[in-house]
Amino acid sequence: MERRKDISSVDATNKVISIRGLEKSFGTLAVLRGIDLDVYRGENVVVLGRSGTGKSVLIKIISGLLKADSGTVNVLGNEVDTLSGKELQALRLKIGFSFQNGALYDSMTVRGNLEFPLKRNVRNLSRKQIDSAVEEVLEGVGLAHAVDQMPSGLSGGQRKRIGIARTLILRPEVMLYDEPTAGLDPITSIEINNLINEVQQQYHTSSIIITHDLTCAKTTGNRVAMMLNGTFLHQGTFEEVFSSDDPAVKAFYEYNFIQ
Amino acid sequence: MASNNPSVPEKFIISKALDRTFFDVYSGYRFILRFFKEVFLPPFEGKEFIKQCYEIGYRSLPLISLTGFITGIVFTKQSRPSLSEFGATSWLPSLISIAVLRALAPLVTALIAAGKVGSNIGAELGSMKVTEQIDAMEVSATNPFKFLVVTRVLATTLMIPILMLYTALVALLGSFLDIHANELTSFVSFSEKAFERITFLDLFSSLLKTLVYGFTIGIVGCYKGFHASQGTEGVGKAANAAVVLSMFLIFVEEIVIVQIINFIR
Repeated sequence: MERRKDISSVDATNKVISIRGLEKSFGTLAVLRGIDLDVYRGENVVVLGRSGTGKSVLIKIISGLLKADSGTVNVLGNEVDTLSGKELQALRLKIGFSFQNGALYDSMTVRGNLEFPLKRNVRNLSRKQIDSAVEEVLEGVGLAHAVDQMPSGLSGGQRKRIGIARTLILRPEVMLYDEPTAGLDPITSIEINNLINEVQQQYHTSSIIITHDLTCAKTTGNRVAMMLNGTFLHQGTFEEVFSSDDPAVKAFYEYNFIQ
Repeated sequence: MASNNPSVPEKFIISKALDRTFFDVYSGYRFILRFFKEVFLPPFEGKEFIKQCYEIGYRSLPLISLTGFITGIVFTKQSRPSLSEFGATSWLPSLISIAVLRALAPLVTALIAAGKVGSNIGAELGSMKVTEQIDAMEVSATNPFKFLVVTRVLATTLMIPILMLYTALVALLGSFLDIHANELTSFVSFSEKAFERITFLDLFSSLLKTLVYGFTIGIVGCYKGFHASQGTEGVGKAANAAVVLSMFLIFVEEIVIVQIINFIR
């Protein structure tokens, strides 16, 4: 069931992600308009906002999938904008990215999906070591039985779990979750929320969680950043953000019926 | 921070359609340059390359066999009346073999492969693009261009010439069966006549043509798939554009290469 976050695991002196003045436009549409954000080691930061406000763009810029127009993004001491291709690949080994629909390789089994990043990035692994790593992460997400299934045979929640397992196999320091509970029923959403918390505890990850689901935000976030019109309107704990009298925040809160 | 998809400029310089065309040509040129840059750099995705050779080569055999066989029979039947007017049906094997090796086998193989393989590559990569599988590959520190594009383009470039040789043999077999049934020509006699007029240049030019066609089919399919727009409609458009553009380019390349070969000849 739902668990409230404690902040004992957060190291507030050690920034793993630091973003300053980040701007991004697509044509004439300005999506990000001067984003500032710090994520500390061991912290889960939830970025909340309506659909189409640029939340996913933010984590795609952090992972180097998109290029920012201006501003700086520092991840684990690396200025992402200035990295060469090889340096960016090395940084990506430390970043896990969980996509909205899992983004599993549908021509491969679950085992193939999990082995794919491992075989390409960790050389000289024996068959036994690969099997052991696959088994470990699958047990971690509670889907050890699905190892030989094809992605098409998995439910939405299972696909997301396997997607998270695929990133965990490389032992990332930073996790980026894109809408982890979108399209899931409430029970599966709670399971995914709990899994995000377990990942934080077991793998000591720092995370950015993109969502518009307040239950997910409340359950998984040490801190919440509310995005509106390309900037962060409010930042703080869940209670701090939603104690605001701002009509935009109130509308968001009331729609989700959180008590 | 490299993005794979350079965006089209928002302000039009000439007109939307013309700007789009020039942008596509430039973007395609960069895509080809990237292929030649990455093809020589490790790591080499040997297993994926072999898998693609199997998919593109072996799995195309039934369709290629049927098409080649029918082409051989039909071309023989269509040529016979013209030659028989001059009492020259004995020239049929030579005529058919030259036509098959110089023009029919390369074109038939390339057009069939553009339809089957090109659309398959365009749809597969397009689907991977819109479901974020290509992004997932990139963020897991794997080079998707090397894994998906380089392997497929190399496989089409290698397999289309091999398929062309196979098509030529099957077409000649079809032709032989028709000639044997009508003119009672033996296999040995057919073979002697069929191959006496074939030169090394014929074989070389056909292999050269199909190497170019294979590269074209692979690179166009990958380019269209890699740049598919969002949604299932984008996947359909990528598959369709892969076939149409590669067929168009194959005919353009045919004209150019034939001119060059005729100049050498």
